[in-house]
Amino acid sequence: MSKHHLTVALAGNPNCGKSSLFNCLTGLRQHTGNYPGVTVERKEGTCRHGRTSIRLVDLPGTYSLSAYSDDELVARRFILQQHPDVIVNVVDSSNLQRGLYLCTQLLDCGIPMVVALNMADVAEATGCHVDVEHLSRLLGLALVWTTASKGKGISELLDAIVEAARPGRQTVLNHCHVDYGREVEGGIERLADMITKVGHNHLPSRWQGIKLLENDAVTRQEIVGLAGEASAPLLAEADRLREEIEASSGQSAEVVLAGKRHEFVGHLCEQSVRRGPQPSRSLSDRIDTVVTHRYLGLPLFAVMMFLVFQLTFLLGDPVVRVLDGWKGQLAQAVWSVGGTGEGSRLLKSLLADGVIEGVGAVLQFVPLIALMFLAISILEDSGYMARAAFVLDHLMHHVGLHGKSFIPLLIGFGCTVPAVMATRMLESRRDRLTTMMVLPLMSCGARLPVYLLILGAFFANHVVFKLFGLVPVTTQGLLLLLIYAIGIILAVLLTRLLRATVFRGAVSSFVMEMPPYRLPAPRDLAIHTASRTWMYVRKAGTVILAMSILLWALKTWPQASAQQTASFQAQRAALLADAGMSGQARTEAVAQLDMRQHRAQLESSCIGRIGRAVAPVMAPCGFDWKVSASFLGAVAAKEVFVSQMGVIYAVGDHEGQEMRLQAKLAADYTPLQGFCIMLFCLICAPCMGTVVVTMNESASWKWALLQWGGLTAVAWLVTTGVYQGISRLWPLLWAAT
Amino acid sequence: MIRSSVDLPVSTNKTQEAAQAVSISTVKAGQEVVLVRVDGGGLGHRLAEMGLVPGSVLRIMAKGRPGPIIVALGTSRMVLGRGMVHRIWVRPR
Repeated sequence: MSKHHLTVALAGNPNCGKSSLFNCLTGLRQHTGNYPGVTVERKEGTCRHGRTSIRLVDLPGTYSLSAYSDDELVARRFILQQHPDVIVNVVDSSNLQRGLYLCTQLLDCGIPMVVALNMADVAEATGCHVDVEHLSRLLGLALVWTTASKGKGISELLDAIVEAARPGRQTVLNHCHVDYGREVEGGIERLADMITKVGHNHLPSRWQGIKLLENDAVTRQEIVGLAGEASAPLLAEADRLREEIEASSGQSAEVVLAGKRHEFVGHLCEQSVRRGPQPSRSLSDRIDTVVTHRYLGLPLFAVMMFLVFQLTFLLGDPVVRVLDGWKGQLAQAVWSVGGTGEGSRLLKSLLADGVIEGVGAVLQFVPLIALMFLAISILEDSGYMARAAFVLDHLMHHVGLHGKSFIPLLIGFGCTVPAVMATRMLESRRDRLTTMMVLPLMSCGARLPVYLLILGAFFANHVVFKLFGLVPVTTQGLLLLLIYAIGIILAVLLTRLLRATVFRGAVSSFVMEMPPYRLPAPRDLAIHTASRTWMYVRKAGTVILAMSILLWALKTWPQASAQQTASFQAQRAALLADAGMSGQARTEAVAQLDMRQHRAQLESSCIGRIGRAVAPVMAPCGFDWKVSASFLGAVAAKEVFVSQMGVIYAVGDHEGQEMRLQAKLAADYTPLQGFCIMLFCLICAPCMGTVVVTMNESASWKWALLQWGGLTAVAWLVTTGVYQGISRLWPLLWAAT
Repeated sequence: MIRSSVDLPVSTNKTQEAAQAVSISTVKAGQEVVLVRVDGGGLGHRLAEMGLVPGSVLRIMAKGRPGPIIVALGTSRMVLGRGMVHRIWVRPR
């Protein structure tokens, strides 16, 4: 009798084609989430084979089962605590030696296992012949050839999985173990004996003995948890044995054990793998001499990123515009539905101004985000990301981060939300959090409308000089560049500050395997893009819906007094009754009246009141209550600032509104105040989408709060400094000249 | 004299190796070297698990100054970040 429901874990090195195999087995029947407590993506899916239904868990790619990174910890916990029925160890057969290293550790876990020799086509092409039968006998495991990118060997693999899970099969399984040599084996045996004496947990005692010799912190804790005080002599014995090994070998015990495993794997490969003559420089190496070249590397990277942005925005922008149009039409359609009572007006306002505006503002960026994810998937799957990390490592070290952090920062110029998600590629939690905290300083696309409004209002567009005598450089262009540059400089300073305080410690480093260049499989690209985009839509969508409704309520209540409303209605009636007015003049006058009513409403609403309340705090930045209230509205999304100002300045939502709003702004504020608005907008409070995604990705609301509060405080300090400094110094300078 | 050589064969051996060893950051691209040791327990273990155990032969494929470095170990290629190159000691092959 075989089991009908199996839980199968896919384990393997990064870049061994594990995701590809997972996609192959499950197709779209998969879902992603995070492992509880850590920021590691968890992928699960299902498939059927004959009468057996299989739940597949794609463990993070790891080289070993030590507990250095979140990835390894998650993989190890899943295998040892959830006890899957079968482990499928996915091995890149063109890089067998490395893959089998993980295999030797998995063997010690005592769970039925099948090895998938993946990328069989690559192995064949590089003249690598593996004697599968012999290797299978040596390891005591079933080995199956697969080429996941082409869907080959899948049904044979499933056969082997079901066979391995058959009860009774496990007992005859002749698991082999690495022979660590007389001295180490003696130590392992001794520790294993002691462990079985102090108590029994679900973990194999040999595994625990090995881990104690490796001074593995998690295992030590487990032993203390298992045996309490009785664990003290056991741990002391482990320390003694470890010191013995270290004294006789001159190396740390964990390096000795790792060396023994590599030796063992080397013997396995010697006996079962035949390799044709290897070229000393492969095609991949030849490409790399250019891509990782000392002088060509950076410019090539710049061109690559320029292409990614250009294509993303070139292809995505028209679609975003269309969606924006639909959003407007949908809102209009809601308004045009019958029902004029107070209740139905409120309901329509909730739907149009709250739900459609708020959620729509997030959803309309989906095409851009999907394209960005597609571009990232292509860069990842082709193997270029590892090269980019190499090229940028030097530069990033001066900032306090390393090469890999640059990639999310770059994406941040497009949109902060996918950029925060992209920090997943960083292994060290400290690096991830530092990068996340400063990411909002990369000026995203949503801040551009605010800059454009201000620049147009206060700064005449003179041509300052011509670049190469061709490209005119204008004052507005230079100011825009200045704002972006201020963002980058602040990000550098803030990173250094964070590295000196909250995330103290030496600059972490990275070791990363550089896979040979590969052509990404279209199916993998499609699945990766779709699942990441869906996560954005679902998670950002639900919370943003709630926040949009909240913001709408703050804007709507308390309502203006009945007296005011009556007065506006009387004025409107008077206008409509005025026979002396032309049709057009009347329409305009009514529109003006409507906007005045909006403004009165805003002043009496919570947002208006809070705006007035915080105005004294914002005064040192050069802001009055109107600007303050607009920034409060912009908590949802930066571009909301523009529409908030529009409402406050009672400008209708029709053609030419920007021109008139700009004229009014110019009359009310100085250019310095205008610049301060841009500055504050750049730095302050990241948008709601960013807050939500930071919360998800950091697995804690504390970091999202620190990011939000910290950046807002920095914004206040910098803006106040600039406003106060310049407004005081300027007259002095003026007098001096 | 005899006592010390009997008692401390390992450390003498180690001193000799250490005398020959140079930081990997000083090795030029294209050269082949043998890994001697890695400073810092965690890093040493991490590298060992990726196959960089003392005694393994590395070829330097590309490098910045002082790092990062791309090394070839058998058929695989690895990037060693700039922050770790001063902690990796090698000797010429």
